[in-house]
Amino acid sequence: MKSLEDLKKMREEALKRVEMREGDKDYRVVVGMATCGIAAGARPVLNRLVEETAEKSYNCTITQTGCIGMCVYEPIVEVYGKDGEHTTYVHVNPEKASEILAEHIGKGHVIDEYTVNAVQNQGV
Amino acid sequence: MMEDLAMHMIEIIMNSIHANSRNISIRILDSKLQNTIRMTIQDDGKGMSEEFVKKVTDPFTTSRTTRSVGMGLAFMKGLTEQCAGDFTIESTLGVGTTLTASVQKDHIDTPPMGNIGSMMMQCIQADENIDFVLEYKTDSNEFLFRTVDIREQLEGVSMLEPSILLWIRSYINEGIEQAKEEMR
Repeated sequence: MKSLEDLKKMREEALKRVEMREGDKDYRVVVGMATCGIAAGARPVLNRLVEETAEKSYNCTITQTGCIGMCVYEPIVEVYGKDGEHTTYVHVNPEKASEILAEHIGKGHVIDEYTVNAVQNQGV
Repeated sequence: MMEDLAMHMIEIIMNSIHANSRNISIRILDSKLQNTIRMTIQDDGKGMSEEFVKKVTDPFTTSRTTRSVGMGLAFMKGLTEQCAGDFTIESTLGVGTTLTASVQKDHIDTPPMGNIGSMMMQCIQADENIDFVLEYKTDSNEFLFRTVDIREQLEGVSMLEPSILLWIRSYINEGIEQAKEEMR
């Protein structure tokens, strides 16, 4: 059975991780979780992102937002870098979410083919 | 897609979050004796005018600017009608909104409770600075979760730490399971 005391230990661990990488998280990952996003399958995407980030200690926080206004492209995942630039990934599923974490957050490589620009250019 | 009560509730809670609430409480009464599940979501957000409340369950009413339909309240109201329950909204501009929705617990159309831990995780991810309170009550038991308690333990570490979010999700689900078990 879990107790609030567990949090003390988790707090220490979190602080250690922050010290190791000297400062704040590099990336913020935002998932659109309005009705349109959820209907398109954003919940498993959000769960995958949180679980893998916890497991592999990726340098990012995962948050959620409402409707981004491009419902046809949901599930949408936006990745914000430290200097404010952002990449919009569309039609994301749990597998693509894992790839985005590994490539974009892990190595700093944008996966162009999953971005909204790529999909719009294909006329989908 | 709205396959459980948790999904219906998150829609309503998102409304509260977008109304700039600082405190949001979610109270769930899961009673065999009364044969009812009652969900109350109370916020201290910007509230709605009487006029807006009257038309707010219309799917083509929304305050959002990204699109012109808003289904959350319409779905919730539809669910309560389908499952022999009640639906009320009380709101005061500048004070906040309280929504109460109930369904008959053993009604054939009443969906399962769903993943309340996941629902609360999403709430925190939407805005970790809001004080959320979750109260889950059965006939003989009660589980209480408050983000203020979590924040106190964390002393400045963010609840958005993925390991902490996952802990919160299981903590809540365990607490609810335990409250249910003792009811049997």
